[in-house]
Amino acid sequence: MLDLLVSILLLVGSLFIVVGAFGLVRLPDFFMRLHGPTKSTTLGVGSFLLAAVVHTVDGGFTLRELLIALFLFITAPVSAFLLGQVGLRRHVTSRAPLPEDFPGLRREPCPQGSDRHPFPAIDQPKIDI
Amino acid sequence: MLTAALSIAFFSIAASLAIGMVRLIRGPHAPDRVLAFDTLYINTIALMIVLDIYRSTSVLFEAALVIALTGFVATAAFARYLVRGKVME
Repeated sequence: MLDLLVSILLLVGSLFIVVGAFGLVRLPDFFMRLHGPTKSTTLGVGSFLLAAVVHTVDGGFTLRELLIALFLFITAPVSAFLLGQVGLRRHVTSRAPLPEDFPGLRREPCPQGSDRHPFPAIDQPKIDI
Repeated sequence: MLTAALSIAFFSIAASLAIGMVRLIRGPHAPDRVLAFDTLYINTIALMIVLDIYRSTSVLFEAALVIALTGFVATAAFARYLVRGKVME
């Protein structure tokens, strides 16, 4: 019975990890690619950690697995935020327009015959880490 | 049944590591490569956890915790370097 639960958790974690890696390599844009590892892969590792907790529940329960899960769930959004900030500062091409009230934003005229939104110029961004 | 699930988990983690390596080599921008590095260390943590389940031990959890700590610090340092041009000021 316990083995069945461990197996189901392992399969769910494998699915999440493969989906995250697939999104990392197949999505067309850096800001879209940011979603794969930071959400799907983290959920997959969380599922694996739950499987480890269930597997060792009869022979000495420890909190180390939950500690790893807590740490990963805290740090994944922070690293995603830092990498998104890197993409904004280095003017990585994006398919989505910037929000209207982005600080220091200058709109450029849209080039004719282009489906991509032009990346606007930013002078002196006011965001601080 | 648990053996089959462990085999599937090992295979999917290996495939994710290979795919992340493709993005690390091919990535058009620097933040893409940092993102691929982020994925690679999280997949390494997953590999250690599944290896611990496979061997029915709990010796690799400390190693996984250390990899989580150093990986997050490395990602933050990479992001800071790419934004500011230096890591410490």
